[in-house]
Amino acid sequence: MCLAVPMKLIEIRGDGTGVAEMDGAQSEVNLTLLEKPAKGDYVIIHAGFAIERLDEKEANARIALFQEIADNETP
Amino acid sequence: MKYIDGFRNPLAAKKIIERIEVLANLLKASGRKVSIMEVCGTHTMAIARFGIRNILPENIDLISGPGCPVCVTEAGYIDAAINLAKAGAVIVTFGDMINVPGSDESLAQCRANGALIEVVYSPSAAIKLARQFPEKNVVFLAVGFETTTAPMPAVIQIAEGEGIRNLSLLTAFKLVPPALKALMTDPELKIDSFLCPAHVSAIIGADAYKPFTGKEGVPCVVAGFEPLDILMAIDGILNQLVRNEASVENQYNRVVKPEGNLKAQALMDEYLQPVDARWRGLGLLPLSGLGLKNEFERFDAEKKHGITVKKGKEPSGCLCGEVIKGKSKPTSCPLFARGCTPDHAVGPCMVSSEGSCAAYYKYSL
Ligand code: SF4
Repeated sequence: MCLAVPMKLIEIRGDGTGVAEMDGAQSEVNLTLLEKPAKGDYVIIHAGFAIERLDEKEANARIALFQEIADNETP
Repeated sequence: MKYIDGFRNPLAAKKIIERIEVLANLLKASGRKVSIMEVCGTHTMAIARFGIRNILPENIDLISGPGCPVCVTEAGYIDAAINLAKAGAVIVTFGDMINVPGSDESLAQCRANGALIEVVYSPSAAIKLARQFPEKNVVFLAVGFETTTAPMPAVIQIAEGEGIRNLSLLTAFKLVPPALKALMTDPELKIDSFLCPAHVSAIIGADAYKPFTGKEGVPCVVAGFEPLDILMAIDGILNQLVRNEASVENQYNRVVKPEGNLKAQALMDEYLQPVDARWRGLGLLPLSGLGLKNEFERFDAEKKHGITVKKGKEPSGCLCGEVIKGKSKPTSCPLFARGCTPDHAVGPCMVSSEGSCAAYYKYSL
């Protein structure tokens, strides 16, 4: 029930809703819980609501960190 | 952004597991066994799915906590919903709830006998149903933790704005921090650390776990749901334990902020207030739930229909209460995989897709 997924905002409407997309699947989302949502934002969708933004920079930094662990580190 | 692959990098997983083994050995050398509680049902599922429990060193135990909203909702709540349905209301619910046993029957059984029970994915669908059945009372089963609660004020706002009068909420919202407090102070349980939920934390913020850290506290590490997120969090927890520290660590800062989602919090404050709440397994915990503020009582199903949710009868032989508290493993329940399977579930922990028993069953742990 608490499953939430990251999606990209591809459309923002005037009524507090928008359209988000991931892997070609689109769905209508409610954006009331976000401060100033913008087209292109990655957001976490739960039960049809965007509950928070996904910070792309932090996500990429994290992926880079994992790559670094994979490449270098010996315990 | 190749989002998922980066979080499932197998070589990184191997390296982190090696680090975990080193830390576990250090703890073992000082005779320490470590119990980490994963608070959230989605973590329980992810941990089971990726086989994380099995690859951990033997002195590191992951125990499943109370974080499945369906599982902590008591039978009496289902009974109240069934009574409303039998009185002619349209019941609107998330899918996980409909097979949960009430004292005598489940919502699914009640629906098979003709009651109007609508399963929805989003609470906003309750608005559509209220419009669709203008002559009926439409009751939304408002259960869930902070993540699921956060959208509710927006739904009430829409109902207010459109002058919808036939929609009400049967509230059983639960708050995670009071449950952690109860678990931490339980003398029979010895929890060395909390693996904190991803999306509850997106709403309440990582700082919400500060009261559980410090001198008397335990490490609280927020983690996402990808396997590497979880492994990194366990690594962080063991690191803290080795150093005898207990602080909040946010391993999911791509989504979770220290202060959480302030806009969502403000909306919740406007419409909802803390109330005492009953939890399956944990019992009555003061101010551990959210209910509608008095000025919105016209949306409160209990007040509107003059009912109160009573304590129901829990399924006999089911150890869900103990499983929720982390005192019993699902596999210690005599009914597990015998009388109780996902197709013929005895208790909610087997019914819910996030329940611990369902996780153990599905991934045969
Ligand atoms: S296995 Fe079934 S009966 Fe046993 S605790 Fe889990 S849900 Fe309850």
